Amino acid sequence: MQKKTTILQLRNYLVATVQTTLVDQDFITLRDRLVSQVGNSRCTGVVLDVSELDVLDSFCVRTLSDMARMIRLRGADMLIVGIQPGVAFSMAQLGLDLDGVPTALDLDEGLAYLDSKSRRSSGRIPAWH
Amino acid sequence: MSTSNEKFDSPLSDLELPTAIEPPADRASTAILREIVAHLRQRRAQLLEAWASRISEAGFLTAMSAEEVLEECGAMYDNYLAAVETGSSKSLDSYAHELSERTVTRGVGTHEVVGTVLLLRDVLAKSLYAEYGQNQDNLTRVLGAYGPAASRIATMVAVGFVREHEHIIRQQQEAMRKLSTPVLTIHERLLILPIIGILDPQRARQLTEQLLEAIRSNRAKVVVMDLTGVATMDAPVANNLVQTVGAARLLGAEVIITGVSPELARTLVTIGVDLEKLATVGDLRGGIERAARLLGYKVVPIDETTTDTATE
Repeated sequence: MQKKTTILQLRNYLVATVQTTLVDQDFITLRDRLVSQVGNSRCTGVVLDVSELDVLDSFCVRTLSDMARMIRLRGADMLIVGIQPGVAFSMAQLGLDLDGVPTALDLDEGLAYLDSKSRRSSGRIPAWH
Repeated sequence: MSTSNEKFDSPLSDLELPTAIEPPADRASTAILREIVAHLRQRRAQLLEAWASRISEAGFLTAMSAEEVLEECGAMYDNYLAAVETGSSKSLDSYAHELSERTVTRGVGTHEVVGTVLLLRDVLAKSLYAEYGQNQDNLTRVLGAYGPAASRIATMVAVGFVREHEHIIRQQQEAMRKLSTPVLTIHERLLILPIIGILDPQRARQLTEQLLEAIRSNRAKVVVMDLTGVATMDAPVANNLVQTVGAARLLGAEVIITGVSPELARTLVTIGVDLEKLATVGDLRGGIERAARLLGYKVVPIDETTTDTATE
């Protein structure tokens, strides 16, 4: 199967970038890949970049919020970045709720958010630095 | 005048504007029109005076001084006769356009200009009656040639005038639309969006677009939307506002709403807004303070900061 999403490890985060339009099955595949990888690599955070997506329908939103909960259970935080303004507004119009999954403008913002969060929770700078 | 107003309520773009008065059907009527025009030219001074007095009687063109009215009437008279004579409306058309440009800004109403042209038509017709009245055949032919031409001229002036009005309205709407929703950066990552006036659905949509774009281009974290200048809004627009706040959050920006009026508060509660998702602060000042706190700044008097740093 060709990969429609790349997953990179950056420091102790996973960065997943959606490359092209995804169908429902692709979201399920992405979910399974991320949920399994997040435990393997001892990540504390996952950033999902959806800036290439022109549509986020109810199924996607549902899958994303499920994914966030699963990742949470595996010990990491998930964050969605790069939602296009138009997509954001139609999601708001349709009442699609990400159910508390944090969002940020872009990858940079997302990583900054995760950094500040891990600083707050651990109270120390991660050993890596 | 109400009939002429109703007539032009329809969009003017759909209206066929007579670009030329139809040329007289035959040589005979051309000759008659020439004769009429010659007659009317001869009596110009007298008829102008009659016309001017009818105008002041009707209470038209009060925004202009008596000399201006006379001058304007003279010009209109000549253009009118030229149009009747040649059957070409070109010069009259441009004159009407120029006239509207000049008068619209001075508050001369459409009914006044149209009324003035119709008065001229009546004055001239009366003079023609007097001249050709003795001979019934002659009178019929003269009025048969004059009537349609005069009506077309009146229509053209009216349409030109209304078109000018519409043009101005469009320009002003455009200008207002551009000015209506400024998005101001008052601090790094902090935007202020003061909204003043009535929020109609179109403006609300535009506001959403502008705000979301501004959040992206300024990489804003916090937006303070000040609604002090909005007395009330209807439910769909309020809903749109709540959705905009939700969309902004998806872009990673927090929206703080300030200055909600009692009516607006009532509307928002009626549409069942989730207050968890809508941060509101009483006034703009409080909103900016809250925004600063969200961004991790503290607004303190200058001497306090200096003592702070001194103690550190």
